Parts: sequence; structure tokens; C-alpha cells
Amino acid sequence: MHDKTVTQLAAALKSGEFSSRELTSHFLQRIEQADGTLNSFITVTAEQALEQAEVADQSRKAGNAGTLTGIPLALKDIFCTQGVKTSCGSKMLDNFIAPYDATVVEKLRTAGTISLGKTNMDEFAMGSSNENSHFGAVKNPWDLSAVPGGSSGGSAAAVSAGLVPAAMGTDTGGSIRQPAAFCGITGLKPTYGRVSRYGMIAYASSLDQAGPMARTAEDCAHLMNVIAGHDVRDSTSVARGVPDYTETLNAPLSGLKIGLPKEYFGDGLDPEVEKAIRAAVKEYESLGATVREVSLPHTHYAIPAYYVIAPAEASSNLSRYDGVRFGHRCNAPADLIDLYTRSRAEGFGEEVKRRILIGTHTLSEGFFDAYYTKAQKVRRLIRQDFLDAFEDVDVLMGPASPTPAFDLGAKKDPVSMYLQDIYTIAVNLAGIPGISVPAGFAGGRPVGLQILGTHFAEAQLLNVAHQFQQATDWHLQLPAFAEENA
Amino acid sequence: MALEDSHVRRAAHLARLAVSDDQASGFVDDLSRILDMVDQLQSVDTEGVMPLAHPLDATQRLRADEVTETNQRDSFQRCAPAVEEGLYLVPRVVE
Repeated sequence: MHDKTVTQLAAALKSGEFSSRELTSHFLQRIEQADGTLNSFITVTAEQALEQAEVADQSRKAGNAGTLTGIPLALKDIFCTQGVKTSCGSKMLDNFIAPYDATVVEKLRTAGTISLGKTNMDEFAMGSSNENSHFGAVKNPWDLSAVPGGSSGGSAAAVSAGLVPAAMGTDTGGSIRQPAAFCGITGLKPTYGRVSRYGMIAYASSLDQAGPMARTAEDCAHLMNVIAGHDVRDSTSVARGVPDYTETLNAPLSGLKIGLPKEYFGDGLDPEVEKAIRAAVKEYESLGATVREVSLPHTHYAIPAYYVIAPAEASSNLSRYDGVRFGHRCNAPADLIDLYTRSRAEGFGEEVKRRILIGTHTLSEGFFDAYYTKAQKVRRLIRQDFLDAFEDVDVLMGPASPTPAFDLGAKKDPVSMYLQDIYTIAVNLAGIPGISVPAGFAGGRPVGLQILGTHFAEAQLLNVAHQFQQATDWHLQLPAFAEENA
Repeated sequence: MALEDSHVRRAAHLARLAVSDDQASGFVDDLSRILDMVDQLQSVDTEGVMPLAHPLDATQRLRADEVTETNQRDSFQRCAPAVEEGLYLVPRVVE
């Protein structure tokens, strides 16, 4: 069962080949067997999952099943889940039982999906390798000495290893696309505002976006049909009609105009990654697309702009963790300031502290204009680069990451780690959607092809990705780990 | 823009984050490298460019000033570190 896509599992549930309870038990058993090695889950909710599966099976018998009724999923531990620990990968929230459901969680539950638990992640979604979790690093199922990518590394590794058929992630600077690329699965970051952020623990509010991670674009389309849409509880959520993302998956690609940003194929790009990406683009040409080079001239400034804007927003968002209303509290505080400062020092990890300090410094008196205002101006130029490019082409293509997954512990310097996100980070600054699809291997580790579209072009991206997956089989390949732990 | 120990201590104070002497010197090194990277922004000509705070260039929507939530104090205080009679407990702030 674990080698099937969500679409295939939904068809099997519908035909009665197996029940949701059997399917859920199968995945729970795999988690129990394999996750001691992978560490992709922080919390497994086996009992609740089996109860939900019973309900799904009853719904199906009663003729009330929807497309995804009875499908097991996992949720990045950033989504508040009522009655379940929601830690955001942090010691600060190790004791936090969310009192309500995030909108995404509520929608998935209403659709009849089964949550198997909460997946591991970089603390407060700050990281590109999943080594910043309070609950330990996650390992890449393709090579246990490699990182799975971050910050949705637990979700990516769990899907890749066949511990769950799909999972939810979030993407602030590439945190769905990069781990999807590193783990050989498909991950979609929707347009900013397309999916509600209500109940999603905030890192950088003008950049964060939830999205699906699964084996195929088709599976992501099914999940988008459930999670996309306006939410009055999220004031950044966009009031705009939601298409059926599965309806246009099979539209032919003849006449599709693909742009290759020249800045995405320069120094620092691993030659084997480049070879795989260029081969994928050739495949698109054979499907009827035309290709031309384009330029995104401010690409080089995306990482510097991000590392002003995201920490600035984080320093504000994370000020709520003060040891008073929820989260970690230090022992025997001498006074209120001691309570705040020690609770925060004990609860946050090093990378979170680094970003809080950078954000607080750049927002402080005397530095605000030189850093924050400047970065927001550069952000507009970065966004305009994309809008200009989409005047000439339908989609942009390039690598999701300059290298395949790197080794655990290989990047000690924070700046060298930050540079890993060179091809993903500008997308969040501009708010456009992007998808990563498996497109080959480099040194035995997966390579992700990133496809970008203009605002609200998710249906087109899913169509373009799906057609590639009809013509290739990279997305069907499983790591040996998935079979060894069957 | 060179970063000094005093900058880190000031930021830590503003952020209400306890930082030991050893940690502060480590943060000076890390944050200096990050700010060196960030300083590349200064070479971009942004004359006449408006800052972009929202990626869709939208303004924040306001909701009607109406009560929509019910009182859930008991539920929310279940995850608090210390409460008494419906109040959050903190060290004494008024003598």
C-alpha cells in the first residue's frame, strides 16, 4: 500500500480493496518500524487515527465519502491541532497542547482524511536542513547520512520513506520545495494568501504559506482542492474563487512558453543537478513547449533581503513566548524580567535566538531605514522581476536547490546554510507559487525541478508538473530504505 | 556596518532574551557575518521605489467591530504554566 499514490489509494478505498482502518494500520506499523531511524515524526497519534479511520469507513458505508475520505496524512508540527502536542520543533512549546485546530487541519478533517501525527521540523520553521529541531535531526531516506532539507524535512522524509502517502508542510523561504527536492517527492508552495494561515504558528507572516507534499502533482491537486480558499479568520487570506485543481491536470502543453532564468544556472550550481534540470527541460520541449532564457536581475539580493525581512517579522511574532500564558517557563523567576529573559533563553534554540537578535537589531532605532526599509524596497524590485518575466513566458523553470541533499553536520556556518535557498527564497518575497518535482539524481541523491508561475497560477503549475510525471518516472522511484523497512 | 558587542547586548535586552558573556561573543561573530551579507543591499539603486510589505501589494483588511468570539478562558488557561482563580500568575511586580 505504501508505494501507492493518494489517488491510487483513494480509488482502492472506493472499490473496497481495503478499508481505511487497514490502510491506517499499515502506515502506523511502518512508522513504528522505521521512524526510530528516520525521526520524521514528533508525535504519532495512533489511537486517534484508528478512531478517525473507523469513522471514515462508516461514512463510506453510508455513502457519504468524498475523494479523500479515509486517506492517512501527516501534519508538520507547525499546525495547531486540538488536543495534540503542537511543538513547532521547539523546547519552548514541548508542553503545548493546542486548544484549537488550524483551518488547514479543520478542512482536512472535514474532508475525512486521517491524521497519523505531527512531523518533525526545524524549530519555528527556521532552517534549511532539519538539523535545528529540539527533537533531533531528521534523516534522508535516500541516504541516512544526508539531511532531508528543511524546515518541512519531517514531512518530506515521511512521504519519501512511505510512512505516509502525503503530508502538509509550510514554506517561508523554500521549506516545502527544498525538502521535497532533497527527498524526491512533489511539493507545492501556493500563492501567498491562497491557503489560510490561521492556526499555523507564525514565523514570518508576510512570507509563510502552507502547502501539500506528496508523491505526485495529481495528489497535490487533490489536497489543494481541500485546503485552498478564503478564511475570514486570517486577514491575509485572499477572497478569490478556487478552481478544481484536478480538472486541468491533463491539458496539453503544446505552446507552453518556458523561461529559464539565467541567474539560476550560474556559479555554485552542481553540474549533475544542472544536467538533470536541462534534461527535464528537454522533456518539456518534446511535449510541445518552447524554451527561452530570461533574466531575474535582482536574484542575487533575495537572500540578503530575506534575512532582514524574515527575522524582523520573527522577532515580533516570537515576542509572544514569554513564559506567562503558554510554553516553557523557567524555574523560580526572581522577577518579571527574569521570567521573560530566562524562559526565552531556555526555550529557544541557537538559530531562533540568532534570528530574533538580527530582527531586533535591524528594527531598532538608528538601523530601521538602512536595513528594513531598504530590504522592503528591494523586495518590490524582486517581485517586479518576476512580473516582467511572466509578460513573456508562462512558467519559469530551474533547480529547486543548487546541490542535492548535503551531509548531516556539513554546514556549520549560518551564512553558508542560508545560501542554499538561493533559488527558492525570492519566490516567497514575491508571493508567487512554486512547485518542486523529482527530476533525476545527482550522486545518488534526488534532484528537484522547480516550476514557478505568476500569482494564483497553481492550477497551471500542477498541470505542467503532472504532464512531466506522465512522461517520466522519477516520482515513482522509492528509496531502498522504504522497502527494507516494509 | 560593523557589529559590536554592545549592539548584541542591546538587541538581547530589547528582545528580553538572556545572553551569557560567552554566547554574546559567539553571536557577535555570527551576526556580523550575516549583516556583512545583508550589506549587499546597499548597492541596489532603490531611488523612488516604494517599500513592499505585502507580497500581493494589498492593504490589510479590517473586520467589522463586532463580538464574534465566545469566552474560552478555561480552555486557553489549560496550557498556562501557572494560573489561579482564572488569572495568570507571574512574579510580584508591585510591592
